[in-house]
Amino acid sequence: MADPMRIRAQAAGDKATVRVLMSHEMETGQRKDSAGKAIPAWFIQEVTATHNGKPVLSAQWGPSVSKNPFMQFNVKGAKAGDKIAVTWTDNKNDKRTDEATVS
Amino acid sequence: MKNPILAVLGATLLVASLAQAQTKSAADGIAEYRKMLEDGNPADLFEAKGEALWKQARGPKNATLERCDLGKGPGVVKGAFVELPRFFADTNKVQDLESRLVTCMETLQGFNGAQIAKTAFGKDEQNNVTALATWIAAESRGQRFNLPQGHAEERKSYEIGKRVFFFRGGPMDFSCASCHGEAGKRIRLQDLPDLTKNPGDGIGFAAWPAYRVSNGQMWSMQLRLNDCFRQQRFPFPGFGSDATIALGTYMGVNAKGAESIAPAIKR
Repeated sequence: MADPMRIRAQAAGDKATVRVLMSHEMETGQRKDSAGKAIPAWFIQEVTATHNGKPVLSAQWGPSVSKNPFMQFNVKGAKAGDKIAVTWTDNKNDKRTDEATVS
Repeated sequence: MKNPILAVLGATLLVASLAQAQTKSAADGIAEYRKMLEDGNPADLFEAKGEALWKQARGPKNATLERCDLGKGPGVVKGAFVELPRFFADTNKVQDLESRLVTCMETLQGFNGAQIAKTAFGKDEQNNVTALATWIAAESRGQRFNLPQGHAEERKSYEIGKRVFFFRGGPMDFSCASCHGEAGKRIRLQDLPDLTKNPGDGIGFAAWPAYRVSNGQMWSMQLRLNDCFRQQRFPFPGFGSDATIALGTYMGVNAKGAESIAPAIKR
């Protein structure tokens, strides 16, 4: 099981700013190990976010995204107490979902 | 542009912004970049992992680290970081945060401490030590360094650290002091702190453990120091060696009064 994400969501005006820090190797598949063998690709392919269960973001990612990626987005109409959930799926079909409450 | 007044205004603004760009030094640019990175410091992830590890029963003895004495009594984490390295009576040694954590993992959890010390950085239990150190450092964020120097061993450690710091050798005839002995030096675009005195809040000793964006790794002080030796083309003193702990004491005592911002983020 992958390590948890850190999600912070803060309401300001009629929107909430969500900041997500994911723990992932994001291996491109281009690098070689000390023995000269290619390190197999391992990266997040899909990221989705929901606001109180309703999808608000869906993104397709590739190997060019950094290790331990950081993502920030705004959700219109989100207020304090709402739930924001973020899910990622990587190319090994590993999944991780974490939820945060808007403050 | 249709409006000549606007065109002139636009040109003036352009000139002004160009002049501003020229006065902005490379160091300002780096500071700005760091500021942007700070908001999503992946060190947070290691912090969370370290906190979980502290409370998790692990090892042959299936125990947590919650009774670990980091110098302020068993289980006291807040404020421990800014008083390390210090002398510990039970091991009869001056220890820094990481070597002390290994001691706790050995005595409380039953791990093989010597084995952990031999493990390469970034592998197996070493990763856990780094995560724990990150969390413990974060618990003292904003506090000021105040290393104890009451015990004779602590004063000895400082003196040894000072000698190691000024010891020149290796194929490049370098010492730590070659780069960190005076203010205003840099390697390429990186400003080098003067570590013979307090370099200021959150600089030098007060910034590690830190997350390095360039390689995506969390670096503890021990790894930082061992890499300094690599850059000097010295042999590694090794994890938790007397030399690296003494250097920690030297830098920590010099940094007295400096505010800790650890875990920081580095380019």
